[in-house]
Order: sequence, then structure tokens, then C-alpha cells
Amino acid sequence: MPAFIASSESVAILFLELGGVILALGVLGALALRAGISPIPLYLVAGLAFGQGGFLPLATSEEFIRVGAELGVILLLLTLGLEYNADELVTSLRSNARGGLVDLVLNAAPGAIAALLLGWGPVGAVAMAGVTYATSSGITAKVLSDLGWIGNRETPVVLSLLVFEDLTMALYLPILTALLAGAGLLTGSITVAVALATVTVVLVVALKFGNLIEKFVASPNSEVLLLKVIGLALLVAGIAQELQVSAAVGAFLVGIALSGELAHETRTLLMPIRDLFAAVFFVFFGLQTDPAKILPVAGLALVLAVVSMITKLLTGVYAARRAGIGRAGRVRAGIALIPRGEFNIVIAGLAVGAGVHPDLGPLAAGYVLILAAFGPLAARAIQPLVTAIANRA
Amino acid sequence: MDTVNGVEIEQTALPGIGLKHEFTTHTGRRIGVVSHRTGRRDLIIYDKSDPDRACETVQLNDDEADALVELLGAPRIVQRLNALHREVEGLVSVQLPITPGSPYDGRAMGDAAIRTRTGASVVAVVRGGQVNASPTPDFRFAAGDVVVVVGDEENTAAVANILTDG
Repeated sequence: MPAFIASSESVAILFLELGGVILALGVLGALALRAGISPIPLYLVAGLAFGQGGFLPLATSEEFIRVGAELGVILLLLTLGLEYNADELVTSLRSNARGGLVDLVLNAAPGAIAALLLGWGPVGAVAMAGVTYATSSGITAKVLSDLGWIGNRETPVVLSLLVFEDLTMALYLPILTALLAGAGLLTGSITVAVALATVTVVLVVALKFGNLIEKFVASPNSEVLLLKVIGLALLVAGIAQELQVSAAVGAFLVGIALSGELAHETRTLLMPIRDLFAAVFFVFFGLQTDPAKILPVAGLALVLAVVSMITKLLTGVYAARRAGIGRAGRVRAGIALIPRGEFNIVIAGLAVGAGVHPDLGPLAAGYVLILAAFGPLAARAIQPLVTAIANRA
Repeated sequence: MDTVNGVEIEQTALPGIGLKHEFTTHTGRRIGVVSHRTGRRDLIIYDKSDPDRACETVQLNDDEADALVELLGAPRIVQRLNALHREVEGLVSVQLPITPGSPYDGRAMGDAAIRTRTGASVVAVVRGGQVNASPTPDFRFAAGDVVVVVGDEENTAAVANILTDG
């Protein structure tokens, strides 16, 4: 990392660049807020502009942004884990397994099939399956809250599907990491087995001994609490990465182990840091992607987006119907599930890092750009329509 | 499904958000409360034509929620107490005034240590027509207050003695 210890001049350039990037993100965030969309697509666009082939390439701060992006992933997963406690995960798994499986099959399929048709091989198919599968719980939660849908009766269905997806992610990420490591069939399956065993052990530990971990990190001082939690999450992430379980999953599991008031407090403390580094992460993904390469795959991204919008819609309709929700509510459930965002990019980021296929990054970027932007807008647009239909029926 | 006072309340977990309680009123409207983990509460009224949709969501902070509870619940407290000791034999509720000469005029309720010393409970304090339900130990008595105490014959009499003689 030459930029850090170098002359004061390069420090000046580093700060100028970082300041410019982060300020630009702030301005873009304000725009997104006004337009009522998620800022994630705009962050990606900013990354594209600052990256190779963009119109404002960065000179020195890319190394910092790379590390910042890694931290962003850890913090995204850690705060996600903090949202849930182990009991909620288990209950959700029991009561919604069917809807969750339909969700998995319907929405992993478009990505996997597209990758196979493009000849990206089985590893590419697994990666793309993840890209189209996961709904962005962050964007969806915001949509539910913005539109006043939290009290709606289909909302528990939507939320439990999100929980199911996140839990699936805890199993999926290690598998993907192992596959991306490029091991042969035998060593590959051993790695996957080790990964799954580790995840299971950690989950059981979180369920049974979560209170011990809580006792260790709990502190009346918010500074101490913050340092302990971040330290623990990074440590476990490092161990997980070493075991090829994926650092992100390690952080997620630490989040799961903490629950109740402590989890809530920690989440509040972590929010601003997470927002900063998550934004850096989206920029970094954009940085790695050459904007000129998105155009050729734009049509494909659009087709994939439309197809997976329909599959999510069907998923929502199916799950809500099973829960005895009326017609309008079923459509709302489907619409709420459309947005894709952070985790799709996390998955694509892993695949790009492993060099699965040069087109994967641009395709994923285009895909998430469309769905992160369109999902919330669709929800907003559909609201009066659905109500009108319901009133007539 | 829980039943509170004969009303069937449906409880639903909202993973990542909190808890939702809802019920249908005798007139057929569905209302509910979402308790967020952050302490925020939403009062929810469901749409008549689309009973899955919350057509009104009113955000309440702690004070507002307390105020609403008081407005809805206060006039019913005395009524409920009367009903209560009709149901349970031996249980009495008495209303004891804080007289101007009382040793607890201007002192916190906790100082009287009523429950510890007698076993009876203070369930409400009526002041100027307003009912303060379930007062906390730091609640300060004032002359003119009427203290509603629930217990048996013996320990409510003991409370009366404490409030007049200390």
C-alpha cells in the first residue's frame, strides 16, 4: 500500500480523490432520496464513472477503496445478521420452508439458465443463480416502510421469505466460495462439506451459547461495544475466509449470535459506519466494471431483469396465497420482492474476483441497476392500481 | 391467538422489525398495533375493501402511546375493579384519600413501601378527576389525591393507617 506512507503530496491526492468520491455519493444519495429510489444504482454509476474506462479515473485511492469495499461487505452482512435472532431464523425456516423453496427454485433458475446458455459453465451458473435469486432485504424493507405497507397482512410473508433467503445465503456463499476457488470435484466437495459443517456448528453455537457471546461484548459504553463487535466480526470473518467459508458469512453469523436489546443497540451504532463502507463497496464494484462493456450486455441484462421480475412476482403471489392473503395483497407481496441490490452485487463481486467470465461483472451491474431502480418505482406505481382493482372486485 | 377481555388478538412476528397485534372489532373493522424494536409504535387501521392493507398508519412515540392508552383506558379502570372484586371473593378495593395532614403529602409513593409493608397494591391514583393508572414508585402523592388500593380487608385497612399516620 504505497499511498499510505508516501509523501504529503500523494496524501493530498488521496484525500482529494476520496473526498470527491464520497461527496459525489452524498449528492447522488440526495438525488435518489428525492426521486424515491434506492441510492444503490447511483452508487454503481458513480463507480463506473470513476473506474477504468470511466470519464474520471482515480489515480491513487483505489487500494483504499478496495479494502473499504471488503469492510463494506462485512458490515452489510453483520448488520443483516443483527436484524434477526437465531429463534426467528429457525421459526421462519419451519413455517415457510415451502415458500422459501419455491422462491429459491423460481429465482435461481433465470440466472443459472442464462449462464449455461452463455456457456459460462457450472461455476458461472451457480454464481449467476445467486445474482438473480436474492431480493435486496434493505431496499424491500425501505419500500415497505415508505409505502406504509409494514402493517399489511402480506408483509409477514414477505419478511419471512427474506429471512429464508438470508439463511440460504449463509449456506450458499460458502459453496460458491469453494467452487470459485476452483477445486476439483473431490477436493471441491470436501471444501463444501467443511464449509457447511462450519456454518452449522457456528449456528448451533449461536443458538445455544449466544448469551455467552453477548455477555462478552455487552458494555454500557458504546465505544467499547462498537470496538468489541467489529473486532469480533472481523476476527470470525478472517477465520471463515481461511476455512474458505467466505468472510461475509462469518460476519453474518456473528450478527445472528447477538440478539435482543444488545443487537438493536449495536445495529444503531454500526449504521453510519456501514452506510459509509457499503457505499464504498458499490463504488468499488463499479470501479472494477468497464462501462463500455455494459452496453453489449445491456439487452441481456434487461431480459434477465424482466424474467426475474416475473419470477419474483409469482413467488410473492404463491407465498401470499398460501398464507390466505387476498388478490391485491398477493400482488403487493410479489412487487415488494422485486428489488435486487447489495447481495447480488456481493455475489457478483466474488465471481468477478475469481475471474469466472469477463461479462459477468457488467451483466450483474446492468441487472442490479435496472432492478434496484425499478423495484421501488414499480411498488409505488402499482399501489393505486392494486387498490383500484381491489375496490372494484 | 391470545384473548384479552374476550377480544381475540392475533399476534404476528415481523422478523427484523418487531411484532404486530391485531383484532377485528365488533363492527367488523380490523385494527392493529405494530411494535417496532426501536420502540416506535404504529397504530394501524385496515382497509374495509382490502382487509390485508393498512389504509391508515399512525406513528406514535412513547408519550403519545401512553396518552392514547390513558384516554382509552382510564374511564374503565374503576369499572373493571368493581367487576374484579365481584369475581374474586375476599378481594376488596378501597379508595383512600390523602388528607392535607398526611405524612405522605408531597412524598413519593415508594417512600410508603405499601406493598412491602402490607401486601396490598396501589393500582391507581385519582387526582382532579384524572386517573393515573399503575403509578410508579416515584409518583408523588399530593393532598386531595384518592389512592385506589386492592387487597383483602386486613391489609387495605393497614394501608389506610399508613396513609394517615405514616
